[in-house]
Amino acid sequence: MSITGLFLVLFLLFHMSMNLVAVISLEGYDMVCEFLGANWYALVGTAVLAAGAVLHIVFAILLTWQNMRARGPVGYQAPNKTETEWAAKNMFVLGIIVLGFICLHLCNFWAKMQLVEIMGAEPAQGSALIVSLFSKPLYVVLYLIWLTALWFHLTHGFWSALQTIGWNNNLWIPRLKAIACVVATVIACGFAAVPIYFFFFYNA
Amino acid sequence: MEKKGLNLTLKIWRQENAKAKGQFVTYQVSNISPDCSFLEMLDILNEQLVDKIEKPICFDHDCREGICGMCSLYINGRPHGNDTGITTCQLHMRHFKDGDTIYIEPWRSKAFPIIKDLVVDRSAFDKIIQAGGYTSVNTGGAQDANAILIPKKNADLAMDAAACIGCGACVATCKNASAMLFVSAKVSQLALLPQGQVEARERVTAMVAKMDELGFGNCTNTRACEAECPKQIKISNIARLNREYLGAKFCS
Ligand code: HEM
Ligand code: SF4
Ligand code: FES
Repeated sequence: MSITGLFLVLFLLFHMSMNLVAVISLEGYDMVCEFLGANWYALVGTAVLAAGAVLHIVFAILLTWQNMRARGPVGYQAPNKTETEWAAKNMFVLGIIVLGFICLHLCNFWAKMQLVEIMGAEPAQGSALIVSLFSKPLYVVLYLIWLTALWFHLTHGFWSALQTIGWNNNLWIPRLKAIACVVATVIACGFAAVPIYFFFFYNA
Repeated sequence: MEKKGLNLTLKIWRQENAKAKGQFVTYQVSNISPDCSFLEMLDILNEQLVDKIEKPICFDHDCREGICGMCSLYINGRPHGNDTGITTCQLHMRHFKDGDTIYIEPWRSKAFPIIKDLVVDRSAFDKIIQAGGYTSVNTGGAQDANAILIPKKNADLAMDAAACIGCGACVATCKNASAMLFVSAKVSQLALLPQGQVEARERVTAMVAKMDELGFGNCTNTRACEAECPKQIKISNIARLNREYLGAKFCS
């Protein structure tokens, strides 16, 4: 769980840097798209990423299922009043929201670009897809909802993953939580910059 | 100054035995002193039930001074009730208001089956300890305490971990019914000291395997355990357990 989660975080940082190229220069973005088309290294990368994502989701389902059963045959009547962070208790729901949007996102972009190219046809132009998709308010709002869920998932997930691999002590826990918050915010804002820029500031 | 007594409605889980179907039964108690402890309040109720030739409510307790770990009870959604760093025997009725309704439930965990009413079987914790929570040493004349030097910092951390009284509140409140805080305290108290090094790898592997086998859930770092632990055991112990565990897996 923690290893696949951290791997996905690394991927997101990489993906975000590519996206930000689009804000700076659409031509530059198209060059990146071309570079990561259907050639062997991009395909290997996609396969590794897909495996990481599938593993993360499979582990998440297994873990959540085991944990739900661990309460035993009868649950509590009174709702739990222990003070905990909201995100920590809702990782699975947040993950499902993120997953739903990943599917939408793959249809929006990947299916029209790399997939088309794998099938042997001419891929759509990345910059054109961005410009047309993010001129529609519905999609901008959907993507922002997605990023909010992702932000919550990562504010817990990132420090939790480090704790799971043993990197924590009484001194480091507030630091790790602060780092998690920074990482989550950088990722969420970095991704949000693209739809926001193209909706509000870009004139074709 | 005379303090006003409390009139309370109690909704208490009653269950004849492990197999029987349980249900909540409503009781009224009146004129309970705010200085009374929660368990004394239940004693008063039980005396009233005995007077009426009804079966008293079974609940666990022993020392009644917060050191044995026997008392339990999930009170209005919190193990040991609405206060931090205490056991139920240390909970006072001044935390409640006149007219309150109080839900009293047993610890709920697949690994802690109900014995009767509010009493659960926590011997799963003993089984985890038996799996590795000890050091094998020859008994005999005790050697000089200063013969093995231990850094003050480690001695303090080990002492903090050793404060765990095995009450099970961590499991009770965890949404995953995970026993990681308990196991981490029991692994840490030995892992931090030189005497614990000899069997360190076998210990952590065996205790974690036993914990999983008994049906406790997996830790997802929600920190609910830490918030409810009467001895304020920290989750940094869980990180230490994870380090010990990963170390044992990769180096053997
Ligand atoms: C971009 C996508 C994602 C990233 C970057 C990500 C990242 C993370 C990280 C870093 C963790 C912490 C691991 C740990 O505590 O050991 C985590 C945990 C988790 N993730 Fe994800 N995740 C993503 C997508 C998903 C999806 C699609 C699902 C679900 C269907 C999901 C469900 C979970 C669950 C259930 C947990 C663990 C439980 C917990 O720690 O409370 N995640 N994720
Ligand atoms: S870690 Fe704390 S809550 Fe858990 S059994 Fe020990 S004393 Fe009780
Ligand atoms: S009865 Fe011993 S800790 Fe409460």
